[in-house]
Amino acid sequence: MTERKIRVLVAKPGLDGHDRGAKVVARALRDAGMEVIYTGLRQTPEMIADAALQEDVDVVGLSILSGAHMALAPRILELLKNNGQTDVKVFIGGIIPDDDVPTLKKMGISGVYGPGASTEDIVKEIREIIIG
Amino acid sequence: MSIVQSILNGDRLALARILTQVENNTPEGKSALAELFPYTGKAHLIGVTGAPGTGKSSLVNKLVLHYRKNENKRVAIIAVDPSSPFTGGAVLGDRVRMKDLSGDTGAFIRSMASRGSIGGLARSTAGMVEVFDAAGYDIVIVETVGAGQSEVDIARLAHTTLVVEAPGLGDDIQAIKAGILEIADILVVNKADRPGVENTEKALRSMLELAHPTARVFKHHGAYMSVAVPVQENTAMWIPPIQRTISTDAKGIEELAGLIAKHAEHLRVSGDWVSRERARLSSEMEALLRDELMNQFRSRMPEAEFNQVMERVFTRELSPWEAVKLLVKESIK
Repeated sequence: MTERKIRVLVAKPGLDGHDRGAKVVARALRDAGMEVIYTGLRQTPEMIADAALQEDVDVVGLSILSGAHMALAPRILELLKNNGQTDVKVFIGGIIPDDDVPTLKKMGISGVYGPGASTEDIVKEIREIIIG
Repeated sequence: MSIVQSILNGDRLALARILTQVENNTPEGKSALAELFPYTGKAHLIGVTGAPGTGKSSLVNKLVLHYRKNENKRVAIIAVDPSSPFTGGAVLGDRVRMKDLSGDTGAFIRSMASRGSIGGLARSTAGMVEVFDAAGYDIVIVETVGAGQSEVDIARLAHTTLVVEAPGLGDDIQAIKAGILEIADILVVNKADRPGVENTEKALRSMLELAHPTARVFKHHGAYMSVAVPVQENTAMWIPPIQRTISTDAKGIEELAGLIAKHAEHLRVSGDWVSRERARLSSEMEALLRDELMNQFRSRMPEAEFNQVMERVFTRELSPWEAVKLLVKESIK
């Protein structure tokens, strides 16, 4: 029996201590039949890239509420690339000003979700981009 | 360079990707396993099991840290968590407790969902263990799903099984039931700074004193899979020791590593190492055989015919047992 499960790493880089959002998203992805690897709070970009490699995930979901997304996102993308994981899609959720969204997408972030985003949309977009 | 060669050379990305193929039971995964199999048989396989919340992940974290810092051993960890029976999804949270190992290239943590298996492991866990073994990891630790009383598959897989207990989880009747405590090679009382630790240890100790030393070779379900055990030397029986630990303070960890090493030594001297290897490979064979026979049956049996027989069972015309007999007879025509 061959199974294809979407594997998602949900991580919180940086120093803010609020992981409610990350947990809600992790739970929603679980209920959508995905396998979610949850790494918890205060992860460095290196820790996240290392975990993404070991777990061979399809998707990395970052929860960032600290405002440090413009520094953390490019660093994580760079590390994933250095590890050879160029096919991994990165999504960001959290407090992200609208003005930053085009820049983030341009650098290779697949999706950005702010407050009020529906978990159905997140699930749908991850499915579309991974399975097509 | 072939992907198998990359794994043998220590390429972590190639390793991670092959683990996925093995986990998903793809043709690529199967052929990699076949190529890697001759390189297996060197690693010490350690199983860690116990009820949810006894601190298995935190214990593994500190134990691996010890192996990395003090013994310079390369360690792989397979951490199994349950899949939802309804959606098939899973949240795998064991990494949260293993942050100390991040960034160390001598440690490799892989989370795994149980995907409907009920013995505390997933179907592909044994295959993934073989991949790590072939890749040259000295120790492969398998942490099971938080287990209740009978999730004992781990004892068939591991050389050394740790059963982790914590104070306040049950009385001495729990301790004499068959099942999970019986499979322990080493009993760990974690969270030993909590009240009630003396009672927990006492209950475990009295269980051990009640026990007759039983031969620790595993019974199989199928009659064909009895394992030929090499004649054993007259060596002392292994009595499972009890070790108190406090993972959060790394207390008792060095002693635990010492007991694990002692157990490995005991297995080698007594010949149990070989009999456990044989038991493990036979039970793996048995599982694969069952899958293969099932697949062959499915491919030979027309679905309409199967459903027809099923209908007769639903209307109480045939018993399930008669139905199976009928279907098997049809399928080998």
